[in-house]
Amino acid sequence: MKTILTIASREFNSLFLSPMAWTILAILQFIMAFLFLSQVETFTMLQPKLTAIEGAPGLTDIIVTPLFGNAAIILLLVTPLLTMRVICEERRNKTLALLLSAPVSNTDIIIGKYFGVLGLLLIIVLLITLMSLSLLAGGSLDLGKLAANTLALLLLLMAFTAIGLFMSCIAGHPTIAAFSTFGCLLLLWILDWTTGMNAQHSELFDYLSILKHFQAIQSGLINSADVCYFVLFITTFIVLSIRRLDNDRLQK
Amino acid sequence: MTTLIEAEHVTRYYGKQCAVNDVSFTLNKGEVLGFLGPNGAGKTTTMQMLCGNLAPSSGQIRINGFDMLDQPSLAKSSLGYLPDTPPLYKELTVEEFLRYCALLHGMASTDINQAITRVKERCGLIEVANRLIANLSKGFQQRIGIAQAILHNPQVIVLDEPTVGLDPIQIREIRALIRELGQAHGVILSTHILTEVQESCTHVQIIHQGQLVLNETIAGLNRQMNTGTLEVVTRLAPDIKSLLAIPAVCSIESLAENKIRIHHTTDASPAESIAERIIDGGWGLLELTPVKKSIEDIFIALTREHQQPEL
Repeated sequence: MKTILTIASREFNSLFLSPMAWTILAILQFIMAFLFLSQVETFTMLQPKLTAIEGAPGLTDIIVTPLFGNAAIILLLVTPLLTMRVICEERRNKTLALLLSAPVSNTDIIIGKYFGVLGLLLIIVLLITLMSLSLLAGGSLDLGKLAANTLALLLLLMAFTAIGLFMSCIAGHPTIAAFSTFGCLLLLWILDWTTGMNAQHSELFDYLSILKHFQAIQSGLINSADVCYFVLFITTFIVLSIRRLDNDRLQK
Repeated sequence: MTTLIEAEHVTRYYGKQCAVNDVSFTLNKGEVLGFLGPNGAGKTTTMQMLCGNLAPSSGQIRINGFDMLDQPSLAKSSLGYLPDTPPLYKELTVEEFLRYCALLHGMASTDINQAITRVKERCGLIEVANRLIANLSKGFQQRIGIAQAILHNPQVIVLDEPTVGLDPIQIREIRALIRELGQAHGVILSTHILTEVQESCTHVQIIHQGQLVLNETIAGLNRQMNTGTLEVVTRLAPDIKSLLAIPAVCSIESLAENKIRIHHTTDASPAESIAERIIDGGWGLLELTPVKKSIEDIFIALTREHQQPEL
């Protein structure tokens, strides 16, 4: 447990030692703020019409939900860049030997690395949530729905990171890891588009699509099936990563 | 005497290629074992297996009594390892890096500061303690690698080519450090610099094409070094083939025109038969001198002997 924390904190700190983390945080914050403001603009334009409608969507539905949805798409592009070097670069720089010859299990290494990267993503989620909370200054929010959105984004990012970590374990070069992660994530994201086009939609694709589950939780309906999907997804890729690292010792 | 490393019939295949073939040895406390071999002999592979970075295809490795496969954490906790490329995080300072290594080895936070200070003194890192590793020279990086391996005061220290990239003064210091460490720990170091073995080791092993071809103490090696090579100068070029046919002769290398060096087995000196053969051939024997073997010659003779069946 202690070693997991040691590895995670080194991973997290080293992100901030390079311009990497700062750049990502700054750029993301800028883009999110732009999207947020344009969403606020839309709301003020729609407001007169909305008052006329009974049970019209509120501030949360018009600003917060699209904001989190957009954040998910942007982070789909960013997460591969964060996870690509996690194991891959250690292997290339031969620093993996330090971890492998220390009294640390492979499970500790993978979970430590996982939480290290997740740390930065947590900060991003926190910033987006704070941005949404700033609406409280001039209006009222459906806090339950905001919490559901935060949970959805968090689970989504945990899944993104798990798959990115696995790709970093199997790839020989960080760029390949980033690109494979991006490919997988995009495929999972668009998987349910095909089902929409066909009259007979595939149940399997429907279930596999990460977007479906994300949007379900985002809507405020926290279904155990959706949460289980994410938990299964994350566990699968973490276990695969551990297996892959074990395999390094057996075959090279 | 405590046995720190036991390697039993360790074999490692990379695909179909056999990198290490049935290697067995032990290391006791107070010994410094030099691991010698030409490039690609299997030195690094053996070291990686000892440190749990690679699993052997067959065979068993026990560190300080703990099996590397069954109880890896216990086995690794008494191990300090410097791989052939020092595993350094270049974005950290020396101090931060050593602290991270200490934490990885589960050292108590009260001991860490003391251990880091001690290791910085030993490896001469005091003046660079707060600099980024990326900005340091190769020699300093190598020293950080050694510092990292001895930081947690492990009982077994495995050093893969520890003096690569160091200047002569640093090499002397590191060799002294290795001798000092060897008194209270068990040390294995791999190298292809033969004098290093003579200077800092108590035992020597030569590995060639994945097999151990020599396992001796330095004293035993010195005994071997007195005989085994003859230098012959002739007036005309001798017929190498007919000299090679003499039973005790292992190999012949030609040093200059009409000057050859004959390596032979140690049990019987073929000097007499060589002289006879040269006189019979009418090549004019001018000189025949037994050469005191240097460790280089032993190395070359042993690795050659091993190649002979293939020739």
